[in-house]
Amino acid sequence: MASSDILFFVFTAFALICGIMILVSRNPVNSAMFLVLTIASLAGLFMLLEAFFLAAIQILVYAGAVMVLFLFVIMLLDLKAEERRRIKIFGLASGVIAVSAIAAIFFKCLKATPLDATRAPNFQAGTIELGQKLFSQYLLPFEIVSILLLVAMVGVILLSKKDLK
Amino acid sequence: MHVGLQHYLAVSFLLFALGLFGVIIRRNVLVIYMCLELMLNAANLALVAFSRFNNNLDGQVFVFFTITVAAAEVAVGLALIVALYRKRQTAHVEDLTTMKN
Repeated sequence: MASSDILFFVFTAFALICGIMILVSRNPVNSAMFLVLTIASLAGLFMLLEAFFLAAIQILVYAGAVMVLFLFVIMLLDLKAEERRRIKIFGLASGVIAVSAIAAIFFKCLKATPLDATRAPNFQAGTIELGQKLFSQYLLPFEIVSILLLVAMVGVILLSKKDLK
Repeated sequence: MHVGLQHYLAVSFLLFALGLFGVIIRRNVLVIYMCLELMLNAANLALVAFSRFNNNLDGQVFVFFTITVAAAEVAVGLALIVALYRKRQTAHVEDLTTMKN
């Protein structure tokens, strides 16, 4: 087994364990910290897929900016740890049904599709190639995204005004 | 055993299923929002895996846009949650029943 395969299983196990811990921890702060760990191990998986720029973005934007925003809001709202409410049997059943429906679709698709795609050994997928694609073929979506960020910023300022009309 | 595309897709599916399950069974609005982020990340992983195994860079560009939109979405969603908390003093979905009757 190659070392990258071992790393794949290490990152996968880490991501899944932390994902389960997000669900089971009562305190929202703990959930946020486990989400940071999940995102970090996903960045590791991106590295194994040779998407280095995306791995860096994942750490900087998600684990950095987004999760700091989450933690700020948790502290702002001063949320206590959830008291142990009885888990509703209806909620649990609907969750299991939804997940098993998705699982059925997933395995059906996996069985129907031939997955003989293989990695080309000399695939150029560095930051240079990504940047060239982003600023030539995808220039218009890139500019639209900047407008979207501006709109989101204005919306957030409007939403967090004291007297919300 | 060699790690192939189906392994990455399986990991992506498992993370997505975890996120979906969390969205349905958890009661705290913030934790529900975190599980939504987990689902977005799982979709990103599938896109990057497809991009790498088909030797096509377009998937990575798509993930780049997804991350950008997700950052904007988180900011707006958290502002909404804070505004809701100011009005109702709660972050539990069971207490938010204004539209029930």
